[in-house]
Amino acid sequence: MSLLTIQDLTVEFPTRRQLFTAVDHASLSVEPGEIHGLVGESGAGKSTIGAAVMGLLERPGRIASGQIKLGGDQISGIDAEAMRELRGKKISMIFQDPLTSLNPLFTVREQLVETIQTHLGGSEAEANKRARDLIDRVGIPDPDTRLDQYPHQFSGGMRQRVVIALALCTEPDVIIADEPTTALDVSVQAQILDLIKELAQERQVGVILITHDMGVIADTTDRVTVMYAGKVVESGTTAQVMGQPQHEYTRSLIAAVPRPTLKLHRFPQISYGGRETRFAVEDMARHWPKVNNDASKQLFEIRNLTKKFLQKRGLLPWDRTYFTAVDDVSFDIRAGEVFGVVGESGSGKSTVARMIAGLYPVDGGSITFDGQLVSDLGNRAVQDEYRKNIQMIFQDPYSSLNPRMRVDEIVAEPIRHHRLMAGSDIRRRVDELLDQVGLGSGAGLKYPHEFSGGQRQRISIARALATQPRFLICDEPTSALDVSIQAQILNILKDLQEHLGLTMLFISHDLPVVRQMCDRVAVMKQGQIVETQDTSDLFLRPKTEYAQELLRLMPKLDDLSTDGLGVEEE
Amino acid sequence: MFAYIVRRMFQSVIVLLVVGLVAFSMFRFVGDPIDNMLGQERTQADIDRLRTELGLDQPFVLQYAKFLKGAAQGNFGVSYRQGRPVSTILLERAPATLELAFVSGFLAITMGIALGVFTAIRRQGMAANVIMTVSLIGVSLPTFLIGILLIYIFSVELDLLPSFGRGETVMIGKWSTGFLTTSGLKALILPAITLGLYQMTLIMRLVRSEMLEVLRADYVRFARARGLSDRVINFRHALKNTLVPVITITGLQLGSIIAFAIITETVFQWPGVGLLFINAIQFVDIPVMAAYLMLISVMFVTINLVVDLLYYAIDPRLRVDARAT
Repeated sequence: MSLLTIQDLTVEFPTRRQLFTAVDHASLSVEPGEIHGLVGESGAGKSTIGAAVMGLLERPGRIASGQIKLGGDQISGIDAEAMRELRGKKISMIFQDPLTSLNPLFTVREQLVETIQTHLGGSEAEANKRARDLIDRVGIPDPDTRLDQYPHQFSGGMRQRVVIALALCTEPDVIIADEPTTALDVSVQAQILDLIKELAQERQVGVILITHDMGVIADTTDRVTVMYAGKVVESGTTAQVMGQPQHEYTRSLIAAVPRPTLKLHRFPQISYGGRETRFAVEDMARHWPKVNNDASKQLFEIRNLTKKFLQKRGLLPWDRTYFTAVDDVSFDIRAGEVFGVVGESGSGKSTVARMIAGLYPVDGGSITFDGQLVSDLGNRAVQDEYRKNIQMIFQDPYSSLNPRMRVDEIVAEPIRHHRLMAGSDIRRRVDELLDQVGLGSGAGLKYPHEFSGGQRQRISIARALATQPRFLICDEPTSALDVSIQAQILNILKDLQEHLGLTMLFISHDLPVVRQMCDRVAVMKQGQIVETQDTSDLFLRPKTEYAQELLRLMPKLDDLSTDGLGVEEE
Repeated sequence: MFAYIVRRMFQSVIVLLVVGLVAFSMFRFVGDPIDNMLGQERTQADIDRLRTELGLDQPFVLQYAKFLKGAAQGNFGVSYRQGRPVSTILLERAPATLELAFVSGFLAITMGIALGVFTAIRRQGMAANVIMTVSLIGVSLPTFLIGILLIYIFSVELDLLPSFGRGETVMIGKWSTGFLTTSGLKALILPAITLGLYQMTLIMRLVRSEMLEVLRADYVRFARARGLSDRVINFRHALKNTLVPVITITGLQLGSIIAFAIITETVFQWPGVGLLFINAIQFVDIPVMAAYLMLISVMFVTINLVVDLLYYAIDPRLRVDARAT
C-alpha cells in the first residue's frame, strides 16, 4: 500500500464572479523512501496540491471532491484539531525561501525545541538533545554553538538545512518540499538535494518535491507527475517521462529547457496551450541607427575595477570595516558580442553590472566605453551621452516597473529624460515599441500589474530599447520566469543582438542559459574573476578548479528527451 | 553600539538647542508680559525699568543665551506671575501630570495591544468588526469633545464621578499622589480615559495591521505546517514580530500623552503642568513657557533614544556583533 495517495483531488477557489478550479481531478501516490516530483509552470496547481495535503489551503479554497489518504487513513475533510496533530508529526513541509521561513526573533534551538515538545512532549533536556542530533544530522558544523544563533546568522543553504531539521523533528512519514532549492545557488542546491535524497532513503520518508526546474526533477526524483492548468497531464518514472515524454505539453516543456551540452540557435517555443507572441525585431531594425560592429574593436575596457561597501559603521575611521564586493576586476567586451558573467550569489557579478551602468560609483579602476572614460560620474556631458547608449534589464519584472505609472509613461521616460523627441513623436515611438515587443500599442494605457511576468519583462525590454542604445546590461533577466517564458525572452534577446547589433553584458547564475546566450564568459568568485573563456571552451575545458566544480554541480539533463530541438551539435 | 549612542546624544543636543531657539523667537508674538505685571497706575518709566530688569529689551538670541546659561546651572528663572522659582512650580505640578499620563499610557498600551491582537486574529468575527467601527470614534473625535461627553454622562447625568480636579491627595515626600485615596482614584478615571482613548485606538489599529501582515509571513505558515498550536503561533511567533514596528509609534505616542495632556487638563481642570502652561501663555510668563517646552523636548528626545535602543533588544538582526557566517 502506498504511503500517501491522492485520488481525484479537485480544489476550488470560489471568487465573486466565478469558480476557479486550481486542481482538477489530480491523482498521485508516494511510496516510502520515494521522491515524487511534481512539475509544472506557475499556476499549474502544484503548490495547491501540497497545501491541500497539509490542510493549509488558503481561504476560500476548498477540496471539492476526491480523497487524500495517509497510510490508508483518510486525512482530507477531517477536523482542524486532528489535522493540526498530523501536521509536523506525520506530514511536514519545506518551503521555498529559507530566508523567510524561519522566525527571525527566535534562536534555532527555541524553534526546534518548541516543535519537538509540541509533538513528542518529553522534558526540555530530551528535546534539546534531539535538537542537537538533528542539527548535526542535517550537516551543520559545530551544532552546539549554532543552535543558539538566530536565523540571520546562517547563510541561505545553512538556513534551508535548519528548515529541513525542523521538518524532520518528529519523524514524519511524508515531507512536502515546495521549491526547496529555487532560492539557492547551484552548489548549495546540489547539497540540499543530496541531503533530501539521503534522508528519504535513510528514514523511508516519502517526499513530494514540487518544482518548476526540470534539472532538479531529472537529478533527484524517482517518479514524476507533470501538471498543466490544474490537470495531471503525465505521470510515470522519471526516466520514462523525461526520456520519452508522451504528452505534447511535457514534450514542449522539456524542449524549452536550456541544455548545458547543446548550443541551440533559438529556443523551441512551448507550443501547447498558447501561441508565441510576435516580436517584430525586423521592423525595429529598419529604424535603428546603423552600428558598425567591428569585432576586433573593444567596446568596453574595464580595468582593475574595485568596489567596497561599508560593513560596520563606526565613529572613528579605524572602527569601520569594509567588505570588498568587487576586487580588481578587468575584462573587455567586444563590439557586438554577448559577454556573460556567472557566479554564485555574493560573487559581485551584479555589483560589476551596476558600476558599469553608473549606478554605483567606482572605488578604484576605470571603465572605458568606445574609447571614452566613463567611470568618472562627475563629467555630466560624457555621462549623458553614455547613459543614452547603455540600458539595463533587471531580474524582477515585478519590482522594476513603477506600479503607479502607466506603461506608456514608463517606456517614454528614457526618451523624455534624454530629450530625444518631443510631443506626438514620443507617443508614436512608444506605440511602435510596444507593438514591436508584441504587446500591441493599446498596452500603453494599462498599468504594470495588468500584465504577466513575461509581458512585464517585454515592457522592460521596450523601455531599455527606447533610447536606441548600443549596449544592454541584462541582470538575471529570466531567473524569475517560467521555462516557457524564459525561452521567449531569451529568443528576443538573441534577435536583438543579431538584428540590431547590440552588445550585451549577460549576468546569470544559470549555466545552461549562459551556454545558450553568451559568446564569452567570465566566472566570478568572491569579487574576483577566476576565469574568462569562450563559452564553448569553458563548458568543455574549464581551466580553473572553481569552474570545474560549478560545472560538475550543474544538473546534467542528459536523460532529457531531445525531441523538437532541431539539434545542432558542436 | 557605543558610537551609535554617542552620535545620537550629539544629535539630541542639537535638536534641543534648535527647539529652544525657535521657542524664544516666538515668545515676542505671544504678548507683552509687562502689560499683565504692572497695574493700571503704571508710568512709561515703570515699564522701561521693568523691561530692562527682566532683560526683555535685548534681542531674543541674547535672552535665549541667558536662559541656556541659567538652565545649565539648574536655574530656570522666576515666574513672572507667581514670583517663585520655575523649577519649584514645575516640581509641584509634575506629579499630577505624570500620574495621569502613566495611567492613561498604561491603559492605552495594554488595551490597545490586546484589542489589536484580538481584532487581527478574529478578523472576520462580529465582535472584531464592532470594535473596529467603534474605534473610528476614538480616532476621529477631538479630545476635548470626548472629555465633555464623558463629564456630561458620568458626572452630570449619572453623578458617579467627579467632573474636575484631582480629589484628595497624599504627600509622599515631595510627591503628591492621588493613588491612595478613593476620591483621588475616582477623579483619575475620566481624564485618563479621555487622554488615552486616542492613543489606544491608534495602537490598536497599528497592532492589528502589523499582525495581519505578520500572520501572512512565511515563518508563520511554516510554524503552522509544523503543527504548532494556534496559541503559540499567535502569541509567541506573531506577537513578538508585530511589536518590533509598533514600538516606535507607541514610544512617540507616550511622549505625546504627556505633551498633549494640556487639553485634557484644561477640560478637567487637572492641576498638572499642562494647565500651568496654558495659564503661563495667557499671562505671557516666559520663564515658565521656556522651561516647559524644554522639558517636553528633552522627554521626546529621550523617549526616541530609548525606543531605538529597545529595537536592538528585541530584534537580534540589528545587533552589531551578529554577522551572517
